[in-house]
This record gives sequence, structure tokens and C-alpha cells, in this order.
Amino acid sequence: MSETSFVRKEILTSQAPPLSEIGIVGWMRENLFSNWFNTLLTILSTVSVYLVLAESIPWIFQSSWTATSLNECRENIAREYGEGVHGACWAVIRERYLQMLFGFYPSELYWRPILAFVLMLAALSPILFPSLPRTLLLFSAIYPFAGYWLLWGGSIWGPTSIVAGVAVGFFGMQFVRYRVAMIGVLALSIYFFFRLSGYLQIALPLGIEPIESAKMGGFLLSVTIGTTGIVLSLPIGIILALGRTSNLLIVKAICVGFIEFIRGVPLITLLFVASTLLNLFMPPGTNFDLILRVVIMVTMFASAYMAEVIRGGLAALPRGQYEAADALGLDYWKSIRLIIMPQALKISIPGIVSTFIGLFKDTTLVSIIGLLDPLGLTTSIRADSDWNGIVWELYGFVAMVFFIFCFAMSRYSMYLERKLETGNH
Amino acid sequence: MEYTAEGRRQSFRLSMLIYDTRYRSLTIQIAALVGLLLVIGWLVSNTAQNLSALGKPVNFGFLNQPASYDINQSFIEYSSRSSHLRASAIGLMNTLLVAVLGCALATVIGLVFGVLRLSKNWVIARLMTVYIEVFRNVPVLLWIVFYMAIIIEVLPAPRDFRGESPGSSMIFWDSVAITNRGVYVPEPLFSNGLGDISIFGLFAISLDLLALIFVLAIGIFAAGRVAQRANKTQEETGVRPSTWHYRTALIVLPSVTLLLALGFHLGLPELKGFNFSGGINMRNSLIALWLALACYTGAFIAEIVRAGILSVSKGQSEAAFALGLRPTQSMRLVILPQALRVIIPPLISQYLNLTKNSSLAIAIGYMDVTGTLGGITLNQTGRELECILLLIICFLCISLTVSAVLNWYNNLVKLKER
Repeated sequence: MSETSFVRKEILTSQAPPLSEIGIVGWMRENLFSNWFNTLLTILSTVSVYLVLAESIPWIFQSSWTATSLNECRENIAREYGEGVHGACWAVIRERYLQMLFGFYPSELYWRPILAFVLMLAALSPILFPSLPRTLLLFSAIYPFAGYWLLWGGSIWGPTSIVAGVAVGFFGMQFVRYRVAMIGVLALSIYFFFRLSGYLQIALPLGIEPIESAKMGGFLLSVTIGTTGIVLSLPIGIILALGRTSNLLIVKAICVGFIEFIRGVPLITLLFVASTLLNLFMPPGTNFDLILRVVIMVTMFASAYMAEVIRGGLAALPRGQYEAADALGLDYWKSIRLIIMPQALKISIPGIVSTFIGLFKDTTLVSIIGLLDPLGLTTSIRADSDWNGIVWELYGFVAMVFFIFCFAMSRYSMYLERKLETGNH
Repeated sequence: MEYTAEGRRQSFRLSMLIYDTRYRSLTIQIAALVGLLLVIGWLVSNTAQNLSALGKPVNFGFLNQPASYDINQSFIEYSSRSSHLRASAIGLMNTLLVAVLGCALATVIGLVFGVLRLSKNWVIARLMTVYIEVFRNVPVLLWIVFYMAIIIEVLPAPRDFRGESPGSSMIFWDSVAITNRGVYVPEPLFSNGLGDISIFGLFAISLDLLALIFVLAIGIFAAGRVAQRANKTQEETGVRPSTWHYRTALIVLPSVTLLLALGFHLGLPELKGFNFSGGINMRNSLIALWLALACYTGAFIAEIVRAGILSVSKGQSEAAFALGLRPTQSMRLVILPQALRVIIPPLISQYLNLTKNSSLAIAIGYMDVTGTLGGITLNQTGRELECILLLIICFLCISLTVSAVLNWYNNLVKLKER
């Protein structure tokens, strides 16, 4: 046996990778400058980011917060940062932010919308975060009445008696057997208590100062319309989706007609209907609130889109789930409630949340029919002689607030998707 | 015995309408139909009562009255003496114009940005994410007024182009003027044109344009035949004859000849007095609406494109690389055609959204159908019911037509399952 071997006997220790392949240099070579096109893209995007920042950062920070008019603002900036500097005039936000938030709501009553908003968050939390105790849901059920009463004011007996009517109605429903009779009991009880509220108000006048709708505006209005639309459109959308997928021909035709009609027209035409036509459709002499009319139309609009989203979820559910529910002997409503809907809703979460976001963004359209939402208020502030000519600050502020709301909603939907992910499909 | 006989002959009882599944669906449907009819009847009778109380019965006669307002952007001849009907038709054309322009630009933005968002390049991928999130989470109405404000505040006014040393000048060899009143581009003119023909006396169509379209169509058809011949030769002999120069010539030469024969030249915009004249004027409101809608919808389309590309399984791109295709080739030939099947259905609804969002033109004074029929005409005549009814019908027609056409296209590219 000779000593020579044809293959190496010991393994060489590995060399350190070349400096250009590791660390920050390696990362940049791989991710930013891998070929000429990538390099071009990197350079172009860096330059454009730099240009935008170089223009906007000084504008944002070389600003004036203390002026009372645009001219004073410009003088302040010229004095502080030198002639010819373009700076933002954030003073307009400082002076008008309360108006942007609350519209023309009386300033001594600002605690009411604030309280309503805080309570809304409290009412939403048990729905949004399943880890909280379930008894809090009772508060969520009462909140719509409390929130309405806080915002619009008036007699306390109206909302309380409706709550009492619903509660007594539910209690009474335990004593009747048939579904039709149950609904009858509920309706009767609500009607009885509703009539009672008038007498109660005469007997014991309790209430807070009523506020008319015309005084509401700003983000208060957006959030009110948006939240009401969101809360109402989900159940209506579920019912429409079930109707559209049902095998009852006439019910299906009605639902398809409604959904396709609403989806075929822009929201602005429906808002025109709300502002000009809805009163024509009601019995002569009725004249109900513009905000209420807008809420009705916005809810109808969102429900149609919601129905399509949920229909997608229903269609994506494997056929076996429906068959399994039938095999267990569940009737239609039980199988929908216990088996189909929980899964279908889970599948359609991204779509549902993007419909919510769309609905919230679409509340800005009410400025076209003359309601003073944030966008409508920017027009009225710009019409003020003090702030005539101010543009970017107001739009930037409104855009930022909307961005925060909508971005938070989309992040929440991602959290919910991860949380509900069971991994069994 | 009597007991069983009775059980078998069980006669129809009223409660079976609810408890017997054979009849229940019928009961529910009839109840729903009756309920719907009652509601509709109630609404119609209310409306009739209200309208008779107001003293304005439903009447579409107002459409023939003179509109007496101006429309600053129109394809067909219009003056303030024209009828409301004509004003509405122009509004409808303007809606379609901005919808088509917007869909085209939004598709380009969405495709490019959606692909770039998936790029391995860290900087550009982040930049695209920021773009998409910013545009998707801010209301489109805000974008529209914002773009309008940019155009009005930032771009130079026409008077800045005047004088010895003007503050701004026209671009592209003095042919395009970008001002805060709009963009002026050269218009095609024909020195020995064929004139116009009038369609039913309603509007005029340029015969030159018709001739050009006709010649172009023939050229494209002929080029298609040449390509078919080439395919056939390739099938038979395995060698593909090179035909691209024939095809180009077939399309280009006749059109160019026709243009020369008609005396084609460009009419450049010129500064006259305080504004530009000549050329085609795209109003600032059209530009703002177009760009805002395209950028906003483009962000949504980018997300759709990204989801579509991600839905193509990794094996497909690996197979493409194994075949030796370059990254751009594998994207164009392998990934995108498969992704398109996922992309097209949501893309259709984005196009429809863009068309419907174009009705927000009313906020910046672009005269689309909402601005004419649902805006000024409604306010001048006070015919709310009729105007909004017509407006809704217009939009329903557009929506249903677009979705029908695009669904037909979707069926074409759909995976053929056997």
C-alpha cells in the first residue's frame, strides 16, 4: 500500500466568504444592485424619495402654530426662518381642530360626543377582542340607544323605553312557542313601551338638551354615519347573501335585483335620492332628518357590497360542510347559525373589513349634498377671509386622520385572520 | 283500522302551509312577493300623492327645453341654447371619456406597481407598499380635490407664458402647454379634408376620422391574414417565414398615404390674449379627475395583481427557469397568463368602481352626467324624480354593459376544463 491517496484525507476548513458577499455590502449587492435594471430602480426611487422629503420636511417643520390668519402666518414664518421660505401654517389646525372634530356642536356640550366615542370603543371592545368577558356584550347591545341619546339629546324616556320594550319582549318570547308569535310579542312590547315613553316624559320630564342634526359635522359626523352603516350593514348583508344563495326563486330574484341595482349605481346618486327624493316616497307630511336619510342610503349601499362579500365566503365553503349539517339533522337556520356562517364569515373577513373601510371613506361624499363632514368643513374654512388661500394643511390633516382610522382597521383584520387561522384546510 | 285510513287520507289543513316542508317554501315566497308588492305600492302611492300636492306630475318634457348653461368640455357641438337632453348626452360622453382614460392608466399603474411590489429590490418594494397603503386608506374624494388643488396652485397660469421673459414655457418644441386651466395639446387638422357628415342631424362625425379608421382596420385585417399564412407555413414546413416587415408596412403605409392625401398637419395651441387657443384643450378638472381616479384605483389594482401573481404556484416559475427563460420572459410567458385568470374578475369590479367614482366629478366641476343631468339640470328644472331616475338608468346601463363585456372576456381566458 502506498502512502499516496487519490482523494484528500482531511477536510479543509471552510474559508470566510468574500467581503462583498456578506454583511451590509452583500445584502446591498443582492437586494439593491443585482443587475443594471435593479440598480436603476434603486437609484430612481431613492432620488424620488429624497426629492419628496427634501420638499416636504422643511415645509412641515418650518411652520407657524400661533397665527390667527394666513397673512400673519406667512409673516411669522418669514420672520423666523427668513424670507422666501414656504412653511406650513398649522395654526389653522390649532384654531379649527375642534370644529373639524365636532362641527358646530355647542362647545359646552363637547363632553357628550366624547363620552359617546369612549363608550363606543368600550362597546366595540368585547366584539373586537374575544378574550374579554362575554357579559360586556350586554353593554354593546344597549350602546346604540345610549350613543344616540348622548349625541342628539332629548328625553331620556324614548331610548330607555325602547330598551325596556326589547328586554320585556325577549322575556315574553320564552312563553310562546311559535316563531311568528315570538316576533309578534317582541313588536307589541316595543310598541307599548314606545307609546308609554310620551306619557313618562309628561309625568317625569328627564332629559338633556336636544341638539339638531344641522349642528353636527366634522369627524363626529363621519364616525356616526360610518359606524351606524357598518353595524347595520353586516346583518342586512348576511340576510341578503342568504337570500341570494337560497333556492326559493322569488326571494332569490328579489335579493339579486336589490344587490345588482345598488351595486350598479354610484353612492352619490343614492345620496341625491336621500337628499331630494326620500321625503317624496314617505307619507305626505313626513319630514325626517337628513342625517337619518343619509344613514339609510349608506347602509343600503354597504349592505349590497357586504352581501356579495359574504356570498363569496358561502361559495368558498366546501360542499361537505352543508351536507354534514344536513346529515346531523339540523334545520336551515340552525345549520346556518352553527355551521355555515361561522366558517363563511371567517373566510370573508378581509372582504368584510375592506367593505367597512370603503364605507368609512365614502362618508366624505356627504359633503357633496351639503352636510359638513371634514371635507365640507375645509371648504367653509377656506371661505373664511382669514384663511382664504390655505389648501395643503387642511387636506393633509383630513387625509391623515382618515389614513389612521382605515390603516388601523386593515391591520386589525390581519390580526383577526391570524387569530382565527385554524390551519385545517 | 279506521285510524290508519284516516292517517293516509290526511286532508290539507291550513297549518301545513307553515309546518309542511312541501308547502312552506311556497308560502314564504308568496309572502315575500306580496310584502314586496305592498311596499312598492305604498311608496308609489306616497310619491303620487306628494307629487300631486306639489303640483308637478311626472313629465319628461323638460328635456327638450333649452339648457341655458355652458359645458366647457364636449365632443359634439353644444351651446347654451341646446336642449337639456343634449347636455345630458354630453355629460354621459364625458363620463365615458374619463372612465376609459382612467381605466387605461389605472391598469398600467396597477400592473407596474403590483409587479414592482414583489420585486426583490428592498427600496422599490417598500416604496410601492407606502404608495399602495397611502392611496387605499384615504378617501377618493379627498384625492380628487387634492389633485385639483395641485393643478390650480402649482401649475403656471396662462398669463405666465406671456411677455419677453416668460415665467414658464411650452414643452415638446412649443407644442404642449401645461397650465392651471388645463393642458393644451396639438390637434390633428386636415387641409383638404372630406368634411363632416351629420348623423340624424344630432351630431357630426368627421369623415376623415372614419376614413382613417376604415383604412387602419383593413390594414390590421390584412396583417392578421399574413400572420395566419406564416403560422400555416410554420405548421407545414417547420420554418417560420419572417413577416414582420410586411405586416408593419400593411398597417402603416396605407394610413400614412391617406394622411398625406388628406393634408394632415397639427394645429398647435397658441397664446392669444389671456388664454391659449387652438389645439385640444383638456380641462384642468378632467386632468385632475383622471389622475386621481387612476392613482387611487391603480393602488387597488396593484394589490389584485400582486395577489394574482402570488397565487401562481412556485413550481411554475421554477419550471420556467429550468427551461432557461429569463426572469422577464418567465413573468410574461408563464406567470402572468396564469395570474390573469385570478386577476380579471376583481379587476372588472375595480373598473366598475372607477366608472362609478367618476361621478364625484361634481365636486370639482367636471361636467359629467352627474354634473349635467343630476346637477345643473336638476337644479334649474326642479325635476328631481325624473332627473335622478334617468341618472340611475344611465349608470345601470353602463355598469351592466361593462360587466357583461368583461365577463364575456373572462370566459374567453378562463381555464378550459374538460
